[in-house]
Amino acid sequence: MAIDTLDPRSWLYPTPRGLYCAPGDFYIDPAVAVPRGVITHGHGDHARPGHRAALATPETLAIMRARFDGMPDTSQQPLKYGESLRIGEVDVSLAPAGHILGSAQAVLAFKGQRIVVSGDFKRRPDPTCPPFEPVACDVFITEATFALPVFHHPSDLGEIAKLLRSIATFPERAHLVGVYALGKCQRVIKLLRAAGWDKRIWLHGSLVALCRLYQEQGVDLGEVAPVSDAILETFKGAIVLCPPSAIADRWSRRFADPIPAVCSGWMRVRARARQSGAELPLVISDHADWAELTQTLRDVGAPKVWVTHGREEALVHHARSIGIDAEALHLAGRDEEGA
Amino acid sequence: MQAFAALLDALSYQPARNAKLRLIESYLRETRDPDRGWALAAMTDGLDFPAAKPAMLRGFGEDKIGTELFHLSYDYVGDLAETLSLIWQTDPDAGPPPTLSEVVEMLQRATKMQTPAILKRWLDSLDATGRWALLKLLTGALRVGVSARLAKQAAANVGGQPVDAVEEIWHGLSAPYRPLFDWLLADGPKPSSNAGGAFLPPMLANPIDRAELDGLDPTEFRAEWKWDGIRVQIAASGGVRRLYSRAGEDISGAFPDIVAAIDFEAVLDGELLVRRGAIVAPFNDLQQRLNRKTVTPRQLKDHPAHVRLYDMLRLDGEDLRALGFDQRRARLEAWHGAKPRPRFDVSPLVAFTDWAHLAELREATRSDGIEGLMLKRGDSPYLAGRPKGPWFKWKRDPLLVDCVLMYAQRGHGKRSSFYSDFTFGCWREVAGRRELAPVGKAYFGFTDEELRWLDKWVRDHTTNRFGPVREVAHELVLEIAFDGLARSSRHKSGVAMRFPRISRIRTDKPAAEADTIDDLLRLLPAGVEKPLKAAYITDP
Repeated sequence: MAIDTLDPRSWLYPTPRGLYCAPGDFYIDPAVAVPRGVITHGHGDHARPGHRAALATPETLAIMRARFDGMPDTSQQPLKYGESLRIGEVDVSLAPAGHILGSAQAVLAFKGQRIVVSGDFKRRPDPTCPPFEPVACDVFITEATFALPVFHHPSDLGEIAKLLRSIATFPERAHLVGVYALGKCQRVIKLLRAAGWDKRIWLHGSLVALCRLYQEQGVDLGEVAPVSDAILETFKGAIVLCPPSAIADRWSRRFADPIPAVCSGWMRVRARARQSGAELPLVISDHADWAELTQTLRDVGAPKVWVTHGREEALVHHARSIGIDAEALHLAGRDEEGA
Repeated sequence: MQAFAALLDALSYQPARNAKLRLIESYLRETRDPDRGWALAAMTDGLDFPAAKPAMLRGFGEDKIGTELFHLSYDYVGDLAETLSLIWQTDPDAGPPPTLSEVVEMLQRATKMQTPAILKRWLDSLDATGRWALLKLLTGALRVGVSARLAKQAAANVGGQPVDAVEEIWHGLSAPYRPLFDWLLADGPKPSSNAGGAFLPPMLANPIDRAELDGLDPTEFRAEWKWDGIRVQIAASGGVRRLYSRAGEDISGAFPDIVAAIDFEAVLDGELLVRRGAIVAPFNDLQQRLNRKTVTPRQLKDHPAHVRLYDMLRLDGEDLRALGFDQRRARLEAWHGAKPRPRFDVSPLVAFTDWAHLAELREATRSDGIEGLMLKRGDSPYLAGRPKGPWFKWKRDPLLVDCVLMYAQRGHGKRSSFYSDFTFGCWREVAGRRELAPVGKAYFGFTDEELRWLDKWVRDHTTNRFGPVREVAHELVLEIAFDGLARSSRHKSGVAMRFPRISRIRTDKPAAEADTIDDLLRLLPAGVEKPLKAAYITDP
């Protein structure tokens, strides 16, 4: 399907404002407000406020409205998974990325050449979103958050079992579980429900709005309640979800002798886990691990791969060693961030 | 092995001392001999596996995923044992994992040739945590925040004994410590403490500054120089002669010249130095002798060791620790005066009238062999640990220089993945152009918050990458504090700083106004013009 003479860099390239698609005149996950943006998912480093027009899945647009005061000044173009739309000279469609609710890969076709911008993705099942769909393409732009052979995420239910074991061992202590507000929080709740935890799950105030949004989108979270609603609650043996930063914050002092747990792919590396203050590190990630990343390169079969945000060097090295023309793509506004 | 791995795993995430103690105690209670004894040996640095070398483990990793990927992984994780444990995958057909005793006993018997195959089989059979614990055990540095002292404390606790009772008999015991556990947990007899050469926990001082001194009565205190070597204990009793570091590590093997000169029965507290005639060599010379298991005749000749004595804890079987400092000091001087020994001398007291006078003396001393002053109450008994009140250290004010950040490298251990090793430079003129010359490297002095700030600054101002090192824009001024400066032929700038650390981040100062090499050279001690080998006289 490729036209050998067309250089993909001639129509999709990084600029200080973000990755720019020239024949469609739009940016993908721009770092600043732009006239037209295609947004792969709702996390803060991909979805920014203030675009004149934004195209994304209906779920991602709902998340952006919840985060950015309804976005009244942004013209919103919902595009469901699998539907296609022509923008300028480019055909745009969105494919599930399996990262969080609404997350998508942007599939761009121009003059018979197809580039897939994966955004953030993972390959293992997530009860809050449809699974990643590999799309055959000429150029695949992959994330590299956990692109080192040291990252092998264990089974997520195994990690949840660790949490439940700790609660059984310390029934008199509250378990504070650090999670990102969008995606990780709701996935962990679903995993707890799947593991049989049917008690009320307590939420830090900053997690409430997005949990409500997930429920409105049809994700059943069971009984959740904000900590501020608690009356005469001792939190003994309770599970309290909060942003990781709240664990070391004054907020956590209201719990007697809590056990700090953090859910993140970084918990695989001991020093990172200790830096986060976790006594109970749980390796649960919404990003692909090394095996998933390398498997995905094989699944999409792209002869060219551009690697962005994370440990590009290792994945570029691996891709080249299996005959893929790979290079690092440096995008503005992305370095290591939460995962 | 799994129980031991679970213990190390839990310890590594547990910051609180008491919780660490509880974890070790319950492990020691619930684990059988000899496993628990080997575990105690591992936590007190009592195990050594010479056949398992880091180079071999690196080789395993490189074979597994290739040199390039292994190095990127190691650079990211910052710990060899952990890197290898994470890239290795468990083989379900590898059979049951080994017990801790199997690991210790097999490795002590295995030859260099057999070791790799045995190790690989174990790595296959263990999970990631088990592999990490195994590799930590082999490489000797557990790094789970447990000192030998804490492990002994936990052992003492399970038997309801004071830790000093364990410390007292410790050096007469050997792993896996069956008689110790028989005594602590069953009805066994207390192991004999007259094994000889026992380490007595040292007394440590708290820092103090000029303002705080005014609250103290100068007539109650004695002053002595704080020498820039390492604090040691000479323990000679029951026919056994040992040299210990402050932490109780037996360093006799590296200092046979000192051990051979011990012709007495006493426990002495002092400072280990390299001394040539009347001249005390720079700390750098002492470093040539440290961290070695053995020493060559050449090193003995070129870097002769010496102990400058501060205190006397025992003499000919008599325990002096309950006496006041003045009385112990009188005993020490009388003992040394009766028979002077060339390898040992007594650190002199510094006479002073009041704190202002002492401050003058401290200022007037620019010798690099002196770190500052020690202040000890004349009536203070010798107490283990760091009691508040009787002893203080009053360090010299550091030297300061404003440098420009040039390179940053990711740290290891608890700073893994943070840019925390900083190379900085001073300006110089070369062929009419101003350029920066690197003058030192620092990885201390900042708070955790400043570290996060610096890490972000480095990431946002990177101009070039060389593997794990980032070159940054020459825009950030760091105020560097250091304790001394010496000529050095090994450093590009021609000088080496002693213990440099970042004292302030000077976002207020433009990089062009940072100090020059000439500014820095003015801080060299007077009279030091040539690259120096012999150094300076510090014998007062």
